[in-house]
Amino acid sequence: MVKLPYLTALTTLISYGLLFLFGQIRDLFRKILDLLKFKKVQGKGYAPICLGLEDFYTRRLYLRIQDCFGRPIASAPDAWFDVVERYSNDNNKTLQRTSNTTKCLNLGSYNYLGFAAADEYCTPRVIESLKKYSSSTCSVRADGGTTKLHTELEELVARFVGKPAAILFGMGYATNSAIIPALIGKGGLIISDSLNHNSIVNGSRGSGAVVRVFQHNTPSHLEEVLREQIAEGQPRTHRPWKKIIVIVEGIYSMEGELCKLPEIIAVCKKYKAYTYLDEAHSIGAIGKSGRGVCELLGVDPADVDIMMGTFTKSFGSCGGYIAASKEIIRHLKHTCPAHLYATSMSPPAVQQVISAIKVILGEDGSNRGAQKLAQIRENSNFFRSELQKMGFEVLGDNDSPVMPIMLYNPAKIPAFSRECLNQNVAVVTVAFPATPLLLARARICISASHTREDLIKGLEVISKVGDLVGIKYFPVEPEKVAAEEKLKKLE
Amino acid sequence: MAVAVANMTTAALDWVSVKFNAPLAGMVVFGVHIHGHLIVEVLLIAVILFQLSRKSYKPPKKPLTEKEIDDLCDEWAPEPLHPPITEEMLSEPPTLESAAGPHTIIDGKEVVNFASANYLGLIGNEKINYGVGSCGPRGFYGTIDVHLDCEARISKFLGTPDSILYSYGISTIFSVIPAFCKKGDIIVADEGVHWAVQNGLYLSRSTIVYFKHNDMSSLKSTLEKVTRGNRRAEKIRRYIVVEAIYQNSGQIAPLDEIIRLKEKYRFRVVLDESHSFGVLGSSGRGLAEHYGVPVEKIDIITAGMGNALATDGGFCTGSVRVVDHQRLSSSGYVFSASLPPFLASAAIAAVDYLEENPALLSKLKRNIALLWSEISELPGLILASNPLSPIVFLKLKRSTGSTKGDMKLLDEIVDRVLKEDLVFIVTTKRSTLDKCRLPVGLRIFVSAGHTESDLLKASNSLKRVTALVLSELA
Repeated sequence: MVKLPYLTALTTLISYGLLFLFGQIRDLFRKILDLLKFKKVQGKGYAPICLGLEDFYTRRLYLRIQDCFGRPIASAPDAWFDVVERYSNDNNKTLQRTSNTTKCLNLGSYNYLGFAAADEYCTPRVIESLKKYSSSTCSVRADGGTTKLHTELEELVARFVGKPAAILFGMGYATNSAIIPALIGKGGLIISDSLNHNSIVNGSRGSGAVVRVFQHNTPSHLEEVLREQIAEGQPRTHRPWKKIIVIVEGIYSMEGELCKLPEIIAVCKKYKAYTYLDEAHSIGAIGKSGRGVCELLGVDPADVDIMMGTFTKSFGSCGGYIAASKEIIRHLKHTCPAHLYATSMSPPAVQQVISAIKVILGEDGSNRGAQKLAQIRENSNFFRSELQKMGFEVLGDNDSPVMPIMLYNPAKIPAFSRECLNQNVAVVTVAFPATPLLLARARICISASHTREDLIKGLEVISKVGDLVGIKYFPVEPEKVAAEEKLKKLE
Repeated sequence: MAVAVANMTTAALDWVSVKFNAPLAGMVVFGVHIHGHLIVEVLLIAVILFQLSRKSYKPPKKPLTEKEIDDLCDEWAPEPLHPPITEEMLSEPPTLESAAGPHTIIDGKEVVNFASANYLGLIGNEKINYGVGSCGPRGFYGTIDVHLDCEARISKFLGTPDSILYSYGISTIFSVIPAFCKKGDIIVADEGVHWAVQNGLYLSRSTIVYFKHNDMSSLKSTLEKVTRGNRRAEKIRRYIVVEAIYQNSGQIAPLDEIIRLKEKYRFRVVLDESHSFGVLGSSGRGLAEHYGVPVEKIDIITAGMGNALATDGGFCTGSVRVVDHQRLSSSGYVFSASLPPFLASAAIAAVDYLEENPALLSKLKRNIALLWSEISELPGLILASNPLSPIVFLKLKRSTGSTKGDMKLLDEIVDRVLKEDLVFIVTTKRSTLDKCRLPVGLRIFVSAGHTESDLLKASNSLKRVTALVLSELA
C-alpha cells in the first residue's frame, strides 16, 4: 500500500486548495458576466442540465490539463505508435486535431501480449472471417446471432481457463453490469473489495442486493465482515441471507497488485460464500502458460465459483466472458439480459480471440505463445526493478505488467505527461476520480512486444523527466551497494 | 383564619432567613457579599453535576460471543447460485454457418433470414485497417482517429452539434441516463422500454413514473400529476424517456405529440433511436425527420448501431454541453475500452452508403407493406406493430393464459417454420429481470435486402404452420 509522506501530503493539499480557490473565483466572475450580459438561458423554467458543483471539477481542473488525456492515435496501438498532434486556441477548452503525427513509445495501452498489431497467425484468419461472416450479426445471441465461431470460442475459453463451460459477451463492462443482477437479487449480500472496478460497482448496485466493502486485499478483514454479516442477517429483519458472493479482481489496474487469492478462497470456503473473480487484466498475461492468477498462485479453478475476464487486454480484441459450471452457464443463457438483448460479439473479433488463444496454447504449431509469456514476465520484472533502483515510488507486485509511479501533486501530472511526450514517450497519467484525490499516479503497462532497447529508452526518458519534475521520492540505490550485492549473488 | 396562617408563614420564613444570613452577614469573599441564597444555588449546581456524571441506566447489551457466531455461521446454508434447471432452459438457438444476411446457412441448409435487424441489407461491405482491438479506454490512447471521424460524420448526418461514441449498443442508454439523472430528479418513462433503459433508470436512483405503453393521454395525465402543486419543480430536472420504435412491440412513438407536451410541462426528452436510425424519415435520419420536428427540440438522442448500420457499438448526440459532460461522467464511456476501429470505420462506410442511396429506404418500406398485406389474415395471430415499423410483431389472438404457455406455442411455430420451410423467425425473449409486462409474440425483422419471393415464402409458411399448430390446440 502507498505510504504518503507528510510533507508531500501537505503540499498536495495546498495545491488542490489553490486550484479550488481559483476555480471558485472564476465561477464568480462568470456568474457576474452572465448577469451583466442578460444571457437568455435556454428555456425558462428548465433546471440546468448540469448543476453547479457537479461539473466544477471538469470545468476548472480537468479542462486545464485536457491535452494529457484522450490523445488520439493514428495507427494500431503496438509498441511504437503514432500520436496525433493537437493544439488549442482557447486555453485548452477545445482541442483541434492536426494532420501531423509523432512516433512515440507506447507505455500506456493494454497490449500485454502484443496482439494489438497485425500478427502473422491471427490477422489473415480475421480477414477471412470478416469476408465470411461480415462485421456484425445484427442480432442478439438468443435470436440469430450465434454463429459457429461463437460456440467454438466458448468451448475454447472454457478449456483454457479450466472450467466446464463459458458464455461470451460483446463488452467487458456490460458483462459485469448484466451478470451480477442475474446471479443475486434482493435478500442477497455482495462483499466486494474496496478498490473494485466501476463495472462491478454498477453491477452490484443494479442487482438490488446489499453491498458491503472489505479492506483492499485483507483476508482477515474479509473474515471479520463475513462473520458479522452472517450472524446479523439481513438489515432490520435479521432473516438469514439468501446467498453471499465475494467479488475480487485478479490484478487491480490502479495498483498493479495481485490479489491474495489462496487466503481469500480459504475464508470463503469456510463460510460457504461464493467467489467471483474478475480477471480482466490478469488472464493471458500472467501465469506460466497464461492462464491467469489462479495458475500463478496455485489455486485450483474449481475452487472459484465464477471466473470473469475480458478479451480487450491480452488478446487484442473486444468483449468479455464468464466461465463457471454447466448449470450456472445454462441459467445465465436463459436469463442474462446481455445475452438476450444485446447484439452478439462481432465475428472477426471472435476469430481474433480464437487465434490468439491458439497461439498462447501453442496449438498453432509454433512456440510463439510461450516466448511472448516469458518476454512479458522478463520485461515487467526488469522495468520494475530498474525504476525502483532509480528512486521512483513504484507500486505493484513482481510479475505484474502494470506499474503505477506515484506523482501526488496535481502540477506534476501535466508536467510529467507533457515532458515525456516531448521526448517521444507516451505515458498515461491518472488522477481523481479514478484514484483518491491525493494519490495521482502515472501508470505504465508493459507489453511483450517491447524489446530491451525500447525499455532502456523508456527508462532513460522517465529518469530524466523524473529528475526534472521531482518525483524520485525514495533515495537512489548507490552504485557501490548494488555492485556488492551482485557479487554476493554470484558467490 | 387565613390571615393567621399567612402571618405564621411569613414569621417562619423571616426566622429562617435571619438564621441563614446570620453567620454569613459579614462575610465578604473576594469583594463579593455572600448571601444565603448563593449557598443554595451552589449546592444545586453541585447536585446537577453529580447526576450528569453518573452513567444513565440502559438495559445491558450482550454482544454475541465468538462461539455463538461460530454456531450461526455453521448453521447458515446458502441457496445455490443457480435455480434448478428446467426443460425450457435447455433449448439452444440455431447456429449460423455464414453471415447473417437476408439468406444464411443453418445446419448446412440455406434459409431465409428474418431474425437479424439488418434493415438496410448492409451486411457484407467493410475492410480492416488497424488490427482488431483498441487496447485502452478513450482517455488513455484508446481514441483512434476513426472514432473522431465517426463522431463527426454522425453529427453531420443528423444535423446535431456533437456526438459521442460508445463501444456497445446496450451500454449506451444505461450509461447516458445515470450521467444526467440523479437522486431527486423525476423521470416519466414508457412502460414498454427495453431492459437496458430500465437498468439505466434504476441506476440513476431518480423517481420514476411509468405511463401506459405509447398512450399519449396517459402521458399527459402523468405529466399533469407529477407537476401539479410541486413548487420545487423548477429546481429539479425532469425527463421523458421514450423509444422511437419499441423493441418489445414494434410501436412508433408519436414524436410531435411528445414535443408538444414536453414544451407545455417543461420536460426534457431522451429518445432511444436504436431501431429507427437509418429506417424512418425520407433520408433515414430517424424519428425527427419522419415527423418533421427540428432535431434541436430533442435534448438527448441515443442509438445502438447494431441494427441498420450493420456494425456494433452505439452513439449519443445532442448539444455540445450534453456531449461534453458525458466524456468525464458517463461510466460506460470512461471505464470501458473503446470501440474496435474496424467497427467505427464500418459505421462511417454505412452512413456514407445510406446517404448516397436513399432508394434503400423506399425498398424497405415496400417490403414491409408487402409483408403486411400478405399476413394480415393469419388464423390465430394478429399484427400488433405499427405498419411502418421494420420489426413486424405478431401476437396470439387468444392467449393460453400464461406467458409460459404462449411461449411454448410460439416456439413450436418457429421451430416448424425453420425445419419445414427454411424460414428463420424468432419469438420475443424475456429475461426474468425484465420488468416489462407487454405480451410476447413473434418478431419478423424485414430488410431491404429481402426479395419479393423471400417475403412470399415467409408469409405462406406462416399461414400454413399457424393453421396447423393452432388447430391442434382447438
